[in-house]
Amino acid sequence: MNFYAIRAIYFHEMDRMRRTLFQSVLSPVLSTSLYFIVFGSVIGGMIPQIEGVSYGSFIVPGLLMLTLLTQSISNSSFGIFFPKFTGSIYEVLAAPISSLEIIIGFVGASATKSLIVGVIILITATFFVELEIQYPLLMLFLLVLTCLTFSLFGFLIGLLSENFEQLQVVPLIIVTPLVFLGGSLYTVEMLPEFWQNVTYFNPVLYLVNGMRWSFYGASDINIWVSVISLVAFLSICVAGVAIAITKGYGTKE
Amino acid sequence: MQNVVSVKNLSKTYSNQFQALNNINLDIKQNEIFALLGPNGAGKTTLISIICGIVTPSIGTVEVGNYDIIKDYRKTRSQIGLVPQELTLEQFEIVYNNVSYTRGLYGKPPNPQHIEKILKDLSLWDKKDSKINELSGGMKRRVLIAKALSHEPSVLFLDEPTAGVDVELRKDMWEVIKNLRNKGVTIILTTHYIEEAEAIADRVAVINKGEMIIVDETSNLIKSLGQKTLTIDLHETVKTLPESLKNYKLTIVNEGLSIDYQYDTQSKQTGITSLLQDMKEAGLKLKDLNTEQSSLEKIFVELVKEK
Repeated sequence: MNFYAIRAIYFHEMDRMRRTLFQSVLSPVLSTSLYFIVFGSVIGGMIPQIEGVSYGSFIVPGLLMLTLLTQSISNSSFGIFFPKFTGSIYEVLAAPISSLEIIIGFVGASATKSLIVGVIILITATFFVELEIQYPLLMLFLLVLTCLTFSLFGFLIGLLSENFEQLQVVPLIIVTPLVFLGGSLYTVEMLPEFWQNVTYFNPVLYLVNGMRWSFYGASDINIWVSVISLVAFLSICVAGVAIAITKGYGTKE
Repeated sequence: MQNVVSVKNLSKTYSNQFQALNNINLDIKQNEIFALLGPNGAGKTTLISIICGIVTPSIGTVEVGNYDIIKDYRKTRSQIGLVPQELTLEQFEIVYNNVSYTRGLYGKPPNPQHIEKILKDLSLWDKKDSKINELSGGMKRRVLIAKALSHEPSVLFLDEPTAGVDVELRKDMWEVIKNLRNKGVTIILTTHYIEEAEAIADRVAVINKGEMIIVDETSNLIKSLGQKTLTIDLHETVKTLPESLKNYKLTIVNEGLSIDYQYDTQSKQTGITSLLQDMKEAGLKLKDLNTEQSSLEKIFVELVKEK
């Protein structure tokens, strides 16, 4: 194992976060805080309790997931696409590093960045809404697993993207709508039956509800179904990235 | 002398069916400066990209230090440093971090003394805290060399190290390359400047359209390729050459206002003195003189024709 290489990639990527602190950390924290203010404090005050918690508290796990998903995807897709775009990927390809080591370096850094943002958001949420975490270890497990899984997914997107448009298409056109329509801001029971059935096909529903269960011990979906879904998606991402990087898709001719 | 790089029956066809290399065989000896000459698109970059592990070969094998580049990629790549053709650097990163990063990628523990020495040798030490986008083109190229040397490689590939570099800096770069060789590093560089190969390379390979045309000692090659053209501008137009000049290889150009003379720079007598004397005696009034090295493209065309 080339530990020095993993460390070099990891800290090189973390350094990018330091250089772009506003974009990497402050911007997602600020936009999520706006949700807490508008939906949690202002509008939330007019909405009755859901599953025994105030609306402001109810949306915290969903908003946390929204940020984790988008940040993880954007961190790692950009992390690998940027050196491809500038051409500096040559030194990663020419170095004595295995595919696994490359993935650990890039995805590890991306997941860490998302985790930092997630923790800051949780702390910020306590300023606006009442927050209680019934199963903190499970919450932490889901937090880490989500960051890793979607960093891998983003890595795959960055690896296969040939231009900036392709880099943006999946996060904007697919992920954001899935998160908004995946029960981040409401429970499935609030929907008409037809749309309830449609929503069960949305994978993000299982993630959001898993996270919500770790907070309040109640959700639309059984916690094990949520965890298994997340692990299944993680496995798909691992396989996708392994195939792409071994075959050299997007990097090697 | 022992071979450091050994390329056998190497071919590369890209996914768009473009064949960049066709059955290349090449041995590079330890501690030599080896120049790969060829016009744009000849396959030079593909060849070194395969050896360095950036491009996958279609057919054939490559060994570096007797290790296979695919089976033993960690052993081969850790011996190699690569300076790419394009100035591919992370623009917002500072010089020092950029160079240290590459050392880490190659699996070497941090060594601030070594990085300091490289940066000082390449006159970059006072720029160590500057961002890449604040540097001139020549400095960026030196940063690329510093990165390639950061992990103490024994074989250094330089892809067009002096492309777009001014004359003074080019000579500085040649000095850097010669110094590296003196420290025991084997240097392989690609270039399309014949004078660059002439100035620093021990041996030269000429590659064109993916095929190796010739591999030879530089001195032998320069001898066979050293054609020059002397252009003599005249005050008055000439339609035919005077009888006394028929024995020279002359061509009337520029609608009779100039005469071109082809000569061999390596021969003992170029014939220039006697030509000018004979022209004066024939009553031709000279306005200006200009000499030009035969372009490499012309030389390649000749070599391709010969083969």
